[in-house]
Amino acid sequence: MSVAKRIIPCLDVDKGRVVKGVNFLNIRDAGDPVEIAKRYDTEGADEITMLDITASHETRDTTYKTVESIASQVFIPLTVGGGVRKIEDIKKLLRSGADKVSINTSAVENPGFVQEAADKFGSQCIVVAVDAKAKTDKDNTWEVVTYGGRNRTGIDVLEWTEQVTEYGAGEILLTSMDRDGTKEGFDNNLVSKVSSGISIPVIASGGVGNLDHLIDGVKIGGAEAVLAASIFHFSEFSIKEAKEAMKASGITVRF
Amino acid sequence: MTQIAVIDYGMGNLHSVSKALEAVSQKESIVITSDQEVIKTSDKLVFPGVGAIKDCMEAFSNDLKETVLEEVKKKPTLAICVGMQMLLESSEENGGVEGLGLLNGKVCKIQSNKDIKVPHMGWNQVNYLKEHFLLKNIIDSSYFYFVHSYCCPSSKDALTETIHGEKFVSSFAKDNIFAVQFHPEKSQSAGLQLYKNFLDWSV
Repeated sequence: MSVAKRIIPCLDVDKGRVVKGVNFLNIRDAGDPVEIAKRYDTEGADEITMLDITASHETRDTTYKTVESIASQVFIPLTVGGGVRKIEDIKKLLRSGADKVSINTSAVENPGFVQEAADKFGSQCIVVAVDAKAKTDKDNTWEVVTYGGRNRTGIDVLEWTEQVTEYGAGEILLTSMDRDGTKEGFDNNLVSKVSSGISIPVIASGGVGNLDHLIDGVKIGGAEAVLAASIFHFSEFSIKEAKEAMKASGITVRF
Repeated sequence: MTQIAVIDYGMGNLHSVSKALEAVSQKESIVITSDQEVIKTSDKLVFPGVGAIKDCMEAFSNDLKETVLEEVKKKPTLAICVGMQMLLESSEENGGVEGLGLLNGKVCKIQSNKDIKVPHMGWNQVNYLKEHFLLKNIIDSSYFYFVHSYCCPSSKDALTETIHGEKFVSSFAKDNIFAVQFHPEKSQSAGLQLYKNFLDWSV
């Protein structure tokens, strides 16, 4: 009777291929992004997020082509992030068929960019990705980190998410860098604090290792959507199994 | 050949709309256009819209507005999201904006609270109030994809309703106009079926 909680598989794409870094060094090739997106769509994914993790800028055209190709074959929402720095980048991604773009480092470096992007394209397509790490000096506080966690900014996560909400972000993609890649589950303490502090939807990310983790993200963390990559890529679980598990626990999902 | 004009006035998810129409079309041609002559010679119209309603209304120039208003009165028309809201009487967004008044109803801000997030973003159920050709082969209470912060709470032209905190009108039907708050082009098989029904629809 209300909006369904969403399951969002995430494709980390490097030079046109889906990869998943396991401890950064060991990057496993998980295949063609278009084929994988189609499989997730068939299995009942509610959205697809694609993060371009290619370091160099020369391959941006490959990204646009991949987006175009996914968007012409998959009729569910597609969010694209990674290297979004200018209004022109957003325009190109939306023209290629992305429905939303995710802004990360450039939002931290220039918060006005979020406002400009939301004013120009509407809040509905502006996702702000927030990478969070627990502060070492005080319990239950987190700071925003950039550059894949290497750079601590000192910015408080709760203050930051409130601020970008005011700037017009339509959604927060919240990744715990302490949990990312660990398969220990979301940092639900973090998710719940962020989610209850703002009026826009929060997507929980980082740390999913089994289906109970997805359920906890919604039930304990209060997330509107849960994002996971590796548990789906290597077919440990299908999206359908994930939805069945969520439904069995009493969560409203779309079938 | 039947021609469908996706009206391009500078605002909207034109490509995803036309891609979805192409995916279900058999003999129809789909054109994205701002050319008034093309709009006049097309058989059906799709009127999308994304972003702030004030920007959409402003982007809709006077000449194009006149032509579209004239054509919308006689051709099968599908309006989507803010395109749908523009056909209503008024919206309280952006300090108050006058609509085109082709459908009954007013647009208000969705009230948020701890459990009700705004924008209303995601998949929600569309519950039928009446039957309609465009809902053919789509099960009552199917999920469609929504992204919006404003909605129309009630209308004489309501065809379906959806609940996000409060009930709101999720689609409208009046004569040759069919208008939806959700995005059929992002609503997987249910959405594609709706587009197919629109292509098959004759008024």
